[in-house]
Amino acid sequence: MFENLQEKLNRVFKSLSGKGRISEKNIKEAVRQVKLSLLEADVNFKVVREFIKAVQEKALGEDVLSSLTPDQQFIKIVRDELVKVLGEKNVGLSLSSKPAKIMMVGLQGSGKTTSSAKLAAKFKKEGKKPLLVAADVYRPAAIDQLIQLGKQIDVPVFVGDRKNPIRIASEAMAEAIKNVHDVVIFDTAGRLHIDDKMMEELKEIAKILNPDEILMVVDAMTGQDAVNSAKVFNETLELTGFVITKLDGDARGGVILSIRHVTGKPVKFIGVSEKIDGIEPFHPDRVVGRILGMGDVLSLIDKI
Amino acid sequence: MGFLSKIREGLKKTRESIFKQVRRLLSFEKLDDETLEEIEELLITSDMGVKTASEVIEKLKERANKSDNPLETLKEILRELLKIDSVEKHPELPPLVISVVGVNGTGKTTTIGKLSKRFVNEGKKVVLAACDTFRAAAVEQLKIWSERVGVDFISQGQGADPAAVAFDAVSHAKSKAKDVVLIDTAGRLHTKHNLMEELKKVHRVIKKVIPEAPHEVLLVIDATTGQNGLVQARKFMETVDITGIVLTKLDGTAKGGIVFAIVRELGIPVKYIGVGESIDDLRPFNSDEFVEAILGTEEFEENEV
Ligand SMILES: Nc1nc2c(ncn2[C@@H]2O[C@H](COP(=O)(O)OP(=O)(O)OP(=O)(O)O)[C@@H](O)[C@H]2O)c(=O)[nH]1
Ligand SMILES: Nc1nc2c(ncn2[C@@H]2O[C@H](COP(=O)(O)OP(=O)(O)OP(=O)(O)O)[C@@H](O)[C@H]2O)c(=O)[nH]1
Ligand SMILES: [Mg+2]
Ligand SMILES: [Mg+2]
Repeated sequence: MFENLQEKLNRVFKSLSGKGRISEKNIKEAVRQVKLSLLEADVNFKVVREFIKAVQEKALGEDVLSSLTPDQQFIKIVRDELVKVLGEKNVGLSLSSKPAKIMMVGLQGSGKTTSSAKLAAKFKKEGKKPLLVAADVYRPAAIDQLIQLGKQIDVPVFVGDRKNPIRIASEAMAEAIKNVHDVVIFDTAGRLHIDDKMMEELKEIAKILNPDEILMVVDAMTGQDAVNSAKVFNETLELTGFVITKLDGDARGGVILSIRHVTGKPVKFIGVSEKIDGIEPFHPDRVVGRILGMGDVLSLIDKI
Repeated sequence: MGFLSKIREGLKKTRESIFKQVRRLLSFEKLDDETLEEIEELLITSDMGVKTASEVIEKLKERANKSDNPLETLKEILRELLKIDSVEKHPELPPLVISVVGVNGTGKTTTIGKLSKRFVNEGKKVVLAACDTFRAAAVEQLKIWSERVGVDFISQGQGADPAAVAFDAVSHAKSKAKDVVLIDTAGRLHTKHNLMEELKKVHRVIKKVIPEAPHEVLLVIDATTGQNGLVQARKFMETVDITGIVLTKLDGTAKGGIVFAIVRELGIPVKYIGVGESIDDLRPFNSDEFVEAILGTEEFEENEV
């Protein structure tokens, strides 16, 4: 559907003067194409602007590699810069306390409950003894949803008084210690970052729990506003990372770049299906082609 | 300064700069390039998309000389973009059948709860059909809404055939002289062929009871959605006859600008907006209000005038 960025860049460098190498003259149009592609991928406008500036500076200062055509070389610079921002490798969970505590937070409908159950299933598979905690007392049938998912994967779900999320959280910890669970996952209600009262609730839960991980769950289809919500959640809670859901669709996922930029926190997992096993560790290098709107060209450059 | 910290700095200023440029727009007789660029940026950060945004800017340039109030001209252009006929469907004989569709987690079930309240307020008898038989506790969620509003609830439990549930609900409504049937379908990504086929089947089976039904097919789009929203709308439209959009979660800071692209390219009207999680948080779409909100002029006027 989109014209591949590679084809566009190829044309740019062919049609312009000084085609042998990257020059101030021909780089302008190439940079513009990358910019448009990133905006099309929903990378935040301001993030794009800064990113492009860094790329431009890099490209002009770069030595010519004889093994690459100018467009390949340019793409390599863009790719390297993207990987640099996204982080080179996957960052895993850091679960040191016993039991370890993971809090799942985020906007409404992003996939918190589903991701909580997916993580629990993953831990169980690894031989751990997880406990799920239903701390969303607001959304109709949210507790039921988690109970049903818990049943599917044979992981107990703590529901407490079904009324007070803060009390539920602290009682859940007593339960976890009593039944020697080694990892406890708290599913919280979806909320807007501008809802002060609800954000305060999260802060209180976090204060009581002192979680090992606070993961914000973000929908891969999110657009420009992701920077605002991620920023506030991070400032309120000191997130330890993100889970990006619904990447099984065809959204380009520019949100990954945006949130990494504004918070500096890594994406730790991605959701790739509605099913309970649909969660994977995030590998920055694998998503670069998707964000840029080009697939196989990158693997070609990788070989050089 | 490093790239990361610069971005953080920059974002702090987003809102301020929006007001600044509106102010400049109001006071400048002619539009300079910097202002135009800032307006384009404002439009892009609303998720309108580059293509639609630059079209708006082109129009603004064309008309700017002819008008002495560029801000009014901008609003006019945006309103024109949204202007398409939105007809209320009234079947010759009740029930009116409304199917609610969309990708995962956009607010379909909640919108049905809110919609049923609106119909009940109009004195209508409503039936809810639990055709999301896939997601955990989707049936229970809809049931709670039916109890809140006090309307009929038709379900066959989880794992049932959604088309069979829809058939049941529409037949029930027809024989019991109900006025409206609201079909809650499972969230599905538009890229999943089998799930899109399933949706077609649900609609096909409804037609066996009432050939003209579903009279309305509402596509629910989350206001935080970026450019993928247009792809979603296109794919859903290719699969079923979408008659309108419901834009949810406008109570957040996302502007929902993607609907400009959807309306412009696909000609589907926006019918309702969701502005909260409570039962009364559904409003008919009003393009004037929406345009004011996109430009952030409401707050500006409150603060400055
Ligand atoms: N295709 C796909 N669907 C997903 C994924 N993760 C979650 N979903 C779906 O997204 C919808 C919302 O998921 P939930 O887990 O209920 O989201 P939530 O954040 O808990 O929602 P609230 O509690 O209402 O805020 C459901 O239909 C899920 O099945 C994913 O990775 N891929
Ligand atoms: N703030 C806000 N939240 C909303 C709005 N509409 C729905 N929600 C919330 O969004 C979340 C998802 O809503 P649902 O109605 O379950 O969405 P759905 O499309 O039925 O989800 P699936 O069936 O899983 O695909 C819930 O937490 C709702 O309370 C709205 O207008 N504003
Ligand atoms: Mg949930
Ligand atoms: Mg639903």
